[in-house]
Formats: sequence, C-alpha cells, structure tokens
Amino acid sequence: MAWLDTRQKLEILADAAKYDASCASSGTAKRQSTRGAKGGIGSTEGMGICHAYAPDGRCISLLKILLTNSCVFDCHYCINRKSSNVRRARFSVEEVVDLTLAFCRRNYIEGLFLSSGIIRSPDYTMERLVAVARSLREDHGFRGYIHLKTIPDADPDLIREAGLHADRISINVELPTQAGLTRLAPEKSSARIEGAMGRMQAEMIDSADARKRYRKAPRFAPGGQSTQMIVGADAANDRTIIDRASSLYGRFGLRRVYYSAFSPIPAASAVLPLSRPPLIREHRLYQSDWLMRFYGFSAQDVGNATDADTGNLPLDIDPKLAWALKHRDSFPVDVNRAPRTMLLRVPGLGVKAVNAILHSRRWRSLRLEDVGRLTTSVAKVRPFLIAADWRPVALADRADLRPRVTPPPRQLDLFGA
Amino acid sequence: MYQIKLDAPDDFEGWRAAARRLARADVPPERIIWSVETAGSGSADDLFAEAFSGAGRPDMDGSESADAAPFAISRAFLDLAQTALLHSDPARFALLYMLLLRTRRAPHALHDKADPLVRRVEALAQAVRRDKHKMRAFVRFREIGNGDDAERHFVAWFEPDHHIVRANAGFFVRRFPNMRWSILTPATSIHWADGILREGPGANRSDAPDGDPVEDLWKGYYSAIFNPARLKVGAMLSEMPKKYWRNLPEAALIPALIAGAQAREAAMIAAAPRKERLSQERMSR
Ligand code: SF4
Repeated sequence: MAWLDTRQKLEILADAAKYDASCASSGTAKRQSTRGAKGGIGSTEGMGICHAYAPDGRCISLLKILLTNSCVFDCHYCINRKSSNVRRARFSVEEVVDLTLAFCRRNYIEGLFLSSGIIRSPDYTMERLVAVARSLREDHGFRGYIHLKTIPDADPDLIREAGLHADRISINVELPTQAGLTRLAPEKSSARIEGAMGRMQAEMIDSADARKRYRKAPRFAPGGQSTQMIVGADAANDRTIIDRASSLYGRFGLRRVYYSAFSPIPAASAVLPLSRPPLIREHRLYQSDWLMRFYGFSAQDVGNATDADTGNLPLDIDPKLAWALKHRDSFPVDVNRAPRTMLLRVPGLGVKAVNAILHSRRWRSLRLEDVGRLTTSVAKVRPFLIAADWRPVALADRADLRPRVTPPPRQLDLFGA
Repeated sequence: MYQIKLDAPDDFEGWRAAARRLARADVPPERIIWSVETAGSGSADDLFAEAFSGAGRPDMDGSESADAAPFAISRAFLDLAQTALLHSDPARFALLYMLLLRTRRAPHALHDKADPLVRRVEALAQAVRRDKHKMRAFVRFREIGNGDDAERHFVAWFEPDHHIVRANAGFFVRRFPNMRWSILTPATSIHWADGILREGPGANRSDAPDGDPVEDLWKGYYSAIFNPARLKVGAMLSEMPKKYWRNLPEAALIPALIAGAQAREAAMIAAAPRKERLSQERMSR
C-alpha cells in the first residue's frame, strides 16, 4: 500500500474533520466479537473509551475523518467551503475501511466517525458514506462504534441504511438561529435540517417498537442522534443558544448537543469574526447543558442565570453558582432533610455526592465533616448548607457572598479571551 | 498472630476463603498478617506468626457445618472487594477484612458513604477501575510477522499501577478474538492465540517490538486532529498523565505540538487581510 500518499490524505482529511467536537463512543448497544471467520473485530461495552487525548484536551476514541474535503457548498465558517483555497483530498471507500481496521487492531481507536463534504450530489455523497459502514460491518464483521454524519437532503432510504449500520447518526444545526444560517450558510435551511432530524427520530422510535415485538428486528442508530452548534460565529447570545438546545432535545430526543467555540480558520471568509470567543464560554454552555440533563434545571432556570442585559452566562463563575446567587432565598439547604432536587441545586454538590448524601443520611445525621468527605470542596458548599453541626451565619444573605464563593481568576485559556 | 498467605496479589478467592474462616472464628483484624506467596518469601515470615487453618475446630474448618451461624456476604460487598483487592496497597487485605467484619455486624455499613473506612476502600476500588480503564485505552499493539495473516502477531508492553492484568484480559479477548496478541507487563504477561488465553511470567520492555509501520500514520492523524487554536494542556494531562507517555507512540509529538500551537494561531490572525481586520474592528464597536 502506498502509505505516504495515504498519510498525506489522512492529514488533510483529519485536519478538515477536527472542527466537529463530538468524539463520543458511549451509550450504544453492547457488542463483542467472537472467534471464527465471521467473528469480526471490535467491541462496544457501554462506557466509551478515550484511547488518547490531544493537547487541546479532547478525547480521541474514533478515527474522525472526512471522506473528502471538497464541497459544493460555501458555508462561511467552514474550512472546506467551495471558495476556500485549502488543499483537497479524497479517500476511497476501501482506504477508509483499511485505515479503520489497521488502527483498531493496534488499539488506537474503537471506531469511526465519518463525515464528508458534499460532492456531486447529496445522494452520491451519502451513498459513499453508507458504503464504508456497510463494508466494515458486512465484509469485515466490524463490531466497533460507527458515527455517520448524514446529509439532510439525501434520500431517506440512504439515511435509513446509514442508521442500520451506524451506532450514532448526526446532522449539525450549525448555527443557533435561522438568521445566522442564512448569513453564514446560505445553502442550508433549518427547516430541512429539522425535517431530517424528525425522520431519524421516527426511525428510532419504529425500531425500538419493532424490537419489543421481534427481538431480532434491526436496530436503528442505538446510540441515538446528536448535533453541533457553533458558538461565537454569529451574534446569538447564550440564552438563545440554550433555548435552541433545549427545544432540540425536547422535539427530536437528541442524545447530545455539542457546542463548538468558533475557531479562526486559515483563509477565513470576510464575514466572520477574526477572533474567537473565549473557550470558557463554550465550557459554560456545556455546564448549563449538564444542568439541564442531570440536575433537573429547565432551560428557563439556566436562562435565569444569564445576565439580564447581555443574555450571556457569566464567565467568572459557573451557571449553577450564578443561579444560586440569584436565588438566595432558596438557601441554605439542609443536608439531612432536603429533597434530592434541592440538594442538586447546591453549588459544589455533584450528582454523585448528592446520591452519597441520600444513602448515608438514612443511617445517621450528617455533620459538615461527613459532607467534606463526599465533596471536593467543603468551603464551596458550606455557605449553602445546613448540617447537624453547621448553620451558615446567614451567609447567603451577605452582600459579599459573591467574592467569597467566586474562584480566584485562573488562566484557563492560554490565549486569553 | 495468624499468618495468611495468598497465592497471588490478585487472589480474590484465596482471600475470600480465608476471610470467611477468620470472620466465623471472630479473629480480630489486628491478629492477622496478610501476605502474598512469592518465590523465596519464606525467610521473611513473621517468626511469631502461626499459619491459620482453622483445622481441629469444628466451627473453623471452612465447611458450612450445620451449626455454624449462616454467613451471607452481600453481593455489593463482594463486588467492591473483588475490585479493591487488585490494588497495589499492601493494606488492602486487612482493610477489606475490617470492612467485612463491619458489614457482618451492620449490614448497611456500605451505604454510609461518609464513613472513613468505606471511603478508603471505595477509593481503592476507584483507583483500580481507573487503572483498568486506562489499560484498555492505552495498550498499543505493535505487529510482528511478515504480513501473512496466519503469522501476524500483535504485541504490547504496558505498565499498570495495580494487579489488573488478569482481570482485564477478557476485554481484549472480546475485542480482538481473531487476532494473535500478547500483552507484556513487568509482573505478568498474557497471550491469546487460537482461542486460548495463556499466562506467562513478567517481561521487559525490550521483549516487545519497538515499532510498527502503521505508527507513522497514527502519529500523522494525532497531529492533524489536534486543534492548535484551543490548547488545553491541563485537560489532556488529567486524563493522560505523563506516566503513560513513554508507552504511547503519539505522546512523543506532544511537546512540539504545544510549542507550535501559539505561534500558529498568531500567524493565522496576522495573515488575515488588513481590510477585513479593519471592518471587523468596526463591526465590534
Ligand atoms: S456543507 Fe459542510 S463541508 Fe460543505 S461547506 Fe458547508 S459545512 Fe463545510
């Protein structure tokens, strides 16, 4: 095999794929390989495995590449857009299959995340993507994780086949508002994107239904669907972004919404901002996403934590603390009596700590020292809690609470904001 | 004092059998010395210790005699103990025995997550789970052989913190049942071929191959998927601490990638046409 040639193409096509934040390989059906000619290779065991981390802090669990970085569309924020002067490359179906297997055998990765620029037509492109997944599954018995990016305008039959081979499928909504999309991705439409998301959700529901009746009924994308929004390429504020994410979760049963802080790309289009939003903004959005998925916050709760004028989350404190500071009358919370929902609102108490508190307090009354063993920072939670031997001295009312609970500024972002 | 010698550092069955007999005989933790049988360990025996067999006392012979108090160990305790026992901390056997006695007296003891002993044992188990997970993640196979499918053999060198290798073998069998592979570590090695898993003695790094032709491609991928505009070294280090780097081929690239990152982004912004920068400044005002 001409490895040198492959290496150059791989570098171009991985470089083009790195703006997609998702590398998840968890939460799909459990599968393993078995001995024998048809036994295959690869497995998925629920918890995804990050086989490496890059210096950008991101997990590498999948071979994440584009089939080609040529594209007939001209989305301004995208390095692969038609008018970009980036070097182009294209992999054949066999090349991607061989690379995936070669990497998997050496335990570099546990699957493939394949996307593509649109060449010739949406159907032609989608057909190539599906061909890779089909060959991996059917010719090589590949049991690892496959994530396929689908193309909204492709034939629904192709998307159905994609979902039968893939663990996860996704379509990026790209920008939080239709206005942003119109300006920055003129060939895309949120109506068509959402139409495709709705069809994929319907397929998932049908497949789950069928499997209740016939155990052997094929699964459609058991890892669900996800999407990505670019943050900071247009003027949308955090409140708008959070509302949009929450409506996508609600309407399409998405597994995940990823946020990607807009990165300045080489040879950027003139309509884009030249500097990027602080990475900490993306981090705050992920935190608010967690609050909605695991802490019982509604989009409105998180919205209440944003600044009334700008609609943005504070950058210096996390959204849970921001919410607590705006709702001081809800605190302090009694660790020995408060319901789970209220314990989850306490800044500094994670889901695990809350569960441990609920377990432990059935057997005895918890003191501050006990809480200290269950959390990372008792200093952070103390102002908001009552324990058997502890009651904050109306600390939650004090005007100087914010400086007391705000972490000292830390250089989180090497390039500054 | 009683001396209990386990067959191996991960000998859970041996620990369980001994702990059951000791607990039934109400032997207090401070009267037991736990150790692991190693070649030539005889001379290090505690001179004042006697081997504990329980033989000769009807309630202590290890069998469930009719008049022995029923002794059920909860599933939750067994799961926790089975994991925590793989830790390299020499105190693990004693800590688990103390916890076992505690759960006998107070069946709910494990639920008290704020209790120092429960915390300590859970921390052991947590460290073991992490080590197992990291082994699954960071083992890197290198191929030896001539490309002929029947001859292909994939060999990895890995240095775990705890005694997890045997317990982790199943994962690699489920993932790579049709490959011939070996994982070499300082204390043990495991080999899979033709559907049979074998164990061997510890090895040296020099016993493993020092390269693989696909590694260059992997390194190319690793550099290209990294986004220099968002350096977060701390996040990388917390999940991939430096102690793993020497066995990860891609880690050799990290210093250069970090050094290049800041320069690359600065160059990117400087390269944008002046006119655009001006209009951008106007926009942001
Ligand atoms: S369609 Fe996709 S690849 Fe093509 S320019 Fe738009 S975002 Fe980039």
